[in-house]
Order: sequence, then structure tokens, then C-alpha cells
Amino acid sequence: MVPASTDRGQRRSRLFGGNGGVVASTTSTVLVVGLLAFLILFAPGSAEVRHTFFSLDDMHRALFGDPERGIFSVLGAIVLNIQMFLIAEVLILILALVIAVIRQLHAPALLPIRLLAIAYTDFFRGVPLILVIYAIGFGLPALNLNVVSTQDPVVYGVAALVLCYAAYVSEVYRAGIDSVHPSQAAAARSLGLSEWQALRFVVIPQAVRRVVPPLLNDFISLQKDTALVAVLGVIEANRAAGIYSSTVFNYSGYTVAALLFLILTVPLARFTDYLVARDRRQRHGEVAA
Amino acid sequence: MSAQMATPIASRGETVVRLSGVRKRYGGADVIRGVDLTIRSHEVVCLIGPSGSGKSTLLRCINLLAPIDAGLIELLGTEISRPGADVNAVRRRIGIVFQAFNLFPHMTVLKNITLAPIQVLHKSPADAEAEATELLRRFGLAEKRDEYPDRLSGGQQQRVAIVRALAMGPSLLLLDEVTSALDPELVGEVLAVIRSLAEQGMTMLIATHEMGFAREIANRVCFLDEGVILEEGPPEAIFSNPQQQRTQRFLQRIVDARRL
Repeated sequence: MVPASTDRGQRRSRLFGGNGGVVASTTSTVLVVGLLAFLILFAPGSAEVRHTFFSLDDMHRALFGDPERGIFSVLGAIVLNIQMFLIAEVLILILALVIAVIRQLHAPALLPIRLLAIAYTDFFRGVPLILVIYAIGFGLPALNLNVVSTQDPVVYGVAALVLCYAAYVSEVYRAGIDSVHPSQAAAARSLGLSEWQALRFVVIPQAVRRVVPPLLNDFISLQKDTALVAVLGVIEANRAAGIYSSTVFNYSGYTVAALLFLILTVPLARFTDYLVARDRRQRHGEVAA
Repeated sequence: MSAQMATPIASRGETVVRLSGVRKRYGGADVIRGVDLTIRSHEVVCLIGPSGSGKSTLLRCINLLAPIDAGLIELLGTEISRPGADVNAVRRRIGIVFQAFNLFPHMTVLKNITLAPIQVLHKSPADAEAEATELLRRFGLAEKRDEYPDRLSGGQQQRVAIVRALAMGPSLLLLDEVTSALDPELVGEVLAVIRSLAEQGMTMLIATHEMGFAREIANRVCFLDEGVILEEGPPEAIFSNPQQQRTQRFLQRIVDARRL
């Protein structure tokens, strides 16, 4: 067993590009950051850009809003993004697993549903998300049906997100299911478990564990794609920032929205990295054992 | 002994499984080319033969993991090889232990053993756990009950795999090269388990490369070569006085490799 301290040291040195690379990595970092700062600060239009995108005063007003002037708070609006993300995530996890399992079952009688599942993933992986949002958000209300046509635009937006992302996530699940060695299913079947029981108790639990990192990757993407629901007139963070900019002709509201999205996604990204690293360590541990 | 004896198994001498003219093709090759084999209750039959002779395939055919292309397999007098047979019901009665253990890595030893009794035999978790604990105790694995498989040695994992198969109370146990993946010093503990099962009257079909063990434990030895049983008889006859040239050559190679 390698002592933890050594492990940490190795990881740090890898970040800096290996032993003795600290000087080189520091120098290049200073150079790159300095060059970018130079470009922004000393470009001919620098003052204009700084005022239009990074005005602290405007950023502050966009962040908290100004009800008297009809300005929405971007901070308040991003709560809606978070709600949409959380609800969509749960529904995606469920729907995607159902689709992945349907595609995995081999009973001949299930062929029609299997074909349907394949058509579903092909379709929703191929059509741009924004078109699906338009189609559902404007198409369903136009049908003039009970219930289906009378929902809040947020509901249509979430439905579109779920439909598109479930297609991707089902493929992630399927890759996980395929990665579990067939001997595991054979062992389960040899004990008298049905195909479904073998999937449920033996294959899927192992598959899900393996696909957590790629799943989180898709959810980072989902978090920011909630902004696309703005096209239905939903006032979420992106839309609130847009209203600000078109009211006072300053884009600093967008910068605020971007920063808020970063605050949401960066921790999830780091958490994903952590899980990938832990998974790698565990698997190396298994090989060693 | 509770787990095995709970299932009414065939009385001594009754036919447990009967194969007649079994054929199996894999990817265009004839792997099994007409095998007739009858195993009676309490009998231990060892299947020997060169690598690729079809030993593993034959075992997988018997518990229907591999569907046969021709012939007939009967379990306790009922044909199980016809299409549409209830494969899950068959596998409840026929246990198989694999060369690579195939324990479920995400479950503790106890969960590995109780999964099928609970899900397939619909035993209560308490009953299944009590029986599993008793079986583990009998095979010297009591303290491994709550460990995960990757914390166990290969020999311990294979013993757990045997216990997992026994927990279903099978009428027949198929053992597929169960010591071939083990370090030499771990082979003994697994063979000891099989020996004690034989003493308790478990009906077994054992594919093995351990000739000394086969000679000691088998009631009958079958030499499988290129998909057919070339020679069959009591171990003394096969090992001391093989009739077929191919059997003689095979055993000579084993002797040369100091495995007998």
C-alpha cells in the first residue's frame, strides 16, 4: 500500500507537469494569463468592453434586480434554472434507465418496444435541443387539448430537456451495462434468476456505479442548457440578463449570468474529476489485489 | 446439511440426468459431436480431456446456458432440452461453479449466497441468511460472511461460489475446472470442499485437470476428446489401463508434466 502522502505528492507534481516543472509551469501560467489580461486591458476597444461587459455597478444591479424599473434579478431567476435542472435530472435518470433496459432485453415478444426505443434514441439524439424546445413549447399549446396544451412554459421546457437528455443518458447506461462482463449475467442466470432479475440485481448495480462520472458530465451540460428554455419566454437567468441588457444597453447582466452558471457547474465538474480519480485508484487496487 | 437435504433429491441409483446424442455447434465448429451420458444420484463423474475437447461446453449445455443443436437432455426423467422449457426452473435444480468464480463483486459474501434463494426460491431473508450462515460455517468461511469478494483469496472465493450454488439445494452440481484459476497452494482447500460434498452424497459432474483428484474422488471417469466421450469407466480402469490410444497419449502427457 502506498502511503497517502506520497500519493498526494505525485498528484501535485503531475498537475505541475512532473518533477522539477514548477518553475516552467509557473512561468507559462503567468505568461498566458498576462497575455490575456494585456489583450483585454490594452486593446483599442478595451474601455468600451470593460464598461459594456464588466461594469461593476451594472453587474450589481442585474444580480439583485430593480423592481421599480422592471429589471429582474438574475440571482432570483437562476433559482428557476436550478429547479428545472433538479426536476429534469430525476426524470432523465428514470426514463433513460427504462429505455436502456428495454434495449437490453432479448425476449422476442418485446421487439416492437425495442424498435421504438431505438427510434426514440436515434431521433432525440439527432434533433437539436432548441428545436425540440420550440416544437414542444409552441406545438403542444397550439393543439388546444385539455391539460396537455395548458401547461406553464416551464413544464414544456423541462419536458423537452428530459426527452433529449434521456436519449443521451440511456446510451451512457447502455455502455455501462455492456461493460459488465457477460460471465456476471451467466452466473446470475445459472442460479435460476430470470433475465430481468439478472439485470436488476447483478448487471445494473455494477453498470450504474461505472457510469456515474459520464452521467455527471451530461448533467453539467444539462445545468447550463436549462438556459435554452428562455426561448419560450420563461424568465430564467439568461432571460433576466437579456431583459437587463435590452433595458439599459449594458451586457454586464450576461456576465453575471455566466458567473452564476460557473458557480453551479464548476463544483460538479470537480466532483466528477474526483469520482473518476477515485474509480481509477480502486480499479488499480483491484488489479494489485 | 439442511440446505441440500431440504430439497427432495433422487434416491440413490436413480437417474438424475441423461444425455442422449447431444450435439452443439459454436461458430461453425462442432464442439460436441454426439454425447451420451447418464449420471445417477450420489454419483461423482469426472470429465477429463485435452483443452478444447468440449468439457466446459458440455457443462454449459446441461444447465441450458448453451442451447443444444441436436439430441436430448433429461433431468429427473423430464426432457429439459426442448425449446420453450422453463430454463429458470431447470437451473434451480442444477448448480454450476465456474473456473473464474464469477462472484458478484458489488455484494457481500452473504448477499452473493442469499440472492437466488430469496429471489428465485422466495425464501424469507431471515431463513436464507440462516441457511447461508450455516453453510459458510460448515466450509470454514463463517468470518467472511460480511466481506466483499475482492477481499478474499482465490480459494476462498471459489469456496464461496460453491456455497452459493449449494444454497439453491441443487439435485446436480456441475463443476467447471474450478481449481484451474487458482494458485497451486490454494487448490487443496477447494478440493477438500468437493471431497466433503462427495462424502455427503452430492451428485456431481466435474470437469477437471486434476487427475490425481479425479482418480481419488470419481465413481466414473469420462475421457472427452474432440466432442465425443471416447472412453468411460471406473477411475482405476481409465488411469491404469486405458484402452484407447488417444486416452493413453493424453494421460502420458499429464504424467510427463508431473500432474499425476
